[in-house]
Amino acid sequence: MGNRPLLRYSLRNMKPPTLASPKGPRRRAIPSRKGLASSKIVVAGDQGVKVCRSVTIMAPAERLYAFWRNIENLPRIIKHAVNITARSDIESHWSVSAPPGGHRVEWDALIINEEPGKMIAWRSTENSEIPNAGTVRFEPAPGDEGTEVTVNLEYNPPGGKTGALLAKLSGEEGGQQVAEALRCFKALIEAGEIPTTDGQPVGAPQRKHHK
Amino acid sequence: MKAVCWMGKKHMEVQEVDDPRILNPRDCIVRITSTAICGSDLHLYDGYIPTMEKGDILGHEFMGEVVEIGPEVKKLQVGDRVVVPFTISCGGCFHCSRQQWSCCDNTNPNAALADTLYGFSGAALYGYSHMMGGYAGGQAQYARVPFADVGPIKIESDLPDDKVLFLSDIFPTGYMAAENCNIERGRSVVAVWGCGPVGQFAIRSAFMLGAAKVIAIDNEPERLRMAEEAGAITLNDDDGDILDRIKALTGGRGPDAAIDAVGMEAHGSAYDNVKQALKLENDRPYALRQAMRAVRKGGTLSIPGVYSGFIDKVPFGAAFGKGVTMKMGQTHTQRYLRPLLDMIEQDQIDPSFVITHRVPLTKAPEAYETFAKKQDGCIKVVLDPAA
Ligand SMILES: NC(=O)c1ccc[n+]([C@@H]2O[C@H](COP(=O)([O-])OP(=O)(O)OC[C@H]3O[C@@H](n4cnc5c(N)ncnc54)[C@H](O)[C@@H]3O)[C@@H](O)[C@H]2O)c1
Ligand SMILES: [Zn+2]
Ligand SMILES: [Zn+2]
Repeated sequence: MGNRPLLRYSLRNMKPPTLASPKGPRRRAIPSRKGLASSKIVVAGDQGVKVCRSVTIMAPAERLYAFWRNIENLPRIIKHAVNITARSDIESHWSVSAPPGGHRVEWDALIINEEPGKMIAWRSTENSEIPNAGTVRFEPAPGDEGTEVTVNLEYNPPGGKTGALLAKLSGEEGGQQVAEALRCFKALIEAGEIPTTDGQPVGAPQRKHHK
Repeated sequence: MKAVCWMGKKHMEVQEVDDPRILNPRDCIVRITSTAICGSDLHLYDGYIPTMEKGDILGHEFMGEVVEIGPEVKKLQVGDRVVVPFTISCGGCFHCSRQQWSCCDNTNPNAALADTLYGFSGAALYGYSHMMGGYAGGQAQYARVPFADVGPIKIESDLPDDKVLFLSDIFPTGYMAAENCNIERGRSVVAVWGCGPVGQFAIRSAFMLGAAKVIAIDNEPERLRMAEEAGAITLNDDDGDILDRIKALTGGRGPDAAIDAVGMEAHGSAYDNVKQALKLENDRPYALRQAMRAVRKGGTLSIPGVYSGFIDKVPFGAAFGKGVTMKMGQTHTQRYLRPLLDMIEQDQIDPSFVITHRVPLTKAPEAYETFAKKQDGCIKVVLDPAA
């Protein structure tokens, strides 16, 4: 086999978010990012699980971007139990309990690039249990009716015993998680709430399980 | 409270369950004063709708009094009398903004399930399987109604429940089925398969929209009689070839529009009975096949009857060869509430004509059986949650 090319944090089907690109006046340099090489390899190309999911939301890109950029908002749209703590403007700590058994997986994420109102790119730091990198893009939908929000995510399901726990998180499962988060994001913005039936009355035998 | 629960194929049970409570800011709670059994519920009763679970609370045709509102409810107040449409819609998505209420993006918590089967999920429905949202239904004493400002219509006049209850589903459903026929006033001929409640409202709506002639097809004498009372020419499909008789009634040209108000459990085809029983086919599209072949060239096929999955031997070539337009789907109920309520208030129609049975909620299991077997002249059952 030998050396297959390694992917950078950026994914094949998205434009790589680079530090140097002088595209557009709204681009903002993030000072504390300077020490981080944009070429940092987070997910090896032949190991990563790649996910691309998109949703159209009836709201302006700026509003959606602002929601997402405040990383601590994200648990509101992730059904999976997740804790996210912002450590600085660009650093956050993620802690996810992976079923089954509720084992916690933690990592630190860094925002490595952003274009206000348009795009945010991130990657995990070295030695993360789940190395991952991704972008979220906000683009006007045709006819300017809402915004297309597209997430590209690539991650390495870890090996060992954690690997077994996280097998569920891999492949399509990971795609479903992203799709579900986007769906919740959309509902929260468009409908003001995320639909649920948790806590509604049910008859036996479901009633037993509930109590 | 008491609620009708699905306990498996042909097994309904009235159970004592918890009262519903507000779960989301736009919810309200309705104390139900009248609730009905729909032909769609028979598909659940007969076990043909996937993703049902024992203990699911049924019912999607209900009305009552608002007894509690969530913090984000603006248009309704405690004490308001409302009819609740069976489609749960958010009011803020792409589809809601186009009045395609039954296609709402944001109300199904289990949308991923429907995505897998259908490509995309439609609006959630009350009491109609987990794939359709898993919401507890309204064959109960109380119901939680999400998006209270978008669905329920306030009834401010003193019209009795019987006259307005069917705004929740079958009147709008029959009306939309007729509207989808592109009826030309005084000229169009419409053929309606199925004289159940949906067929009855489709027939009357077709006339209200100006149909010159309506042909109604079924094999239940009471239902055919009810269709005749509305002015339809009736055909009993037990009495020989339907297609020939429809042709004879339409000067050899065929009806301008055909409505399939039968859906997935049509009688008449042993082939489909066997395939459906063996789960090789989800639906028995016998009426659909006939309607597809009967409709005239360039005509319209309107399908309010429910289909859930895959169907066999559909004469698609007939539809293609004739350049037929097909329209279908769950009703965009919210679109019709106001205009149809106006018609009721102006006495253009009294929807209570369709009611044949009134029973206490506690007798729902027996009522399901009577309705399913079409015993005792049963066409429409209204349940009283207080009795
Ligand atoms: N699109 C919607 O939003 C919507 C809403 C309500 C009901 N529905 C559907 O509409 C359909 C009818 O509902 P309903 O309440 O009137 O049900 P129903 O079961 O009372 O009526 C169906 C009628 O069709 C007749 N029928 C059966 N096979 C036939 C055939 N081969 N040819 C002619 N007639 C035949 C039956 O004898 C019966 O009278 C069901 O599939 C129901 O699920 C759809
Ligand atoms: Zn119905
Ligand atoms: Zn909507």
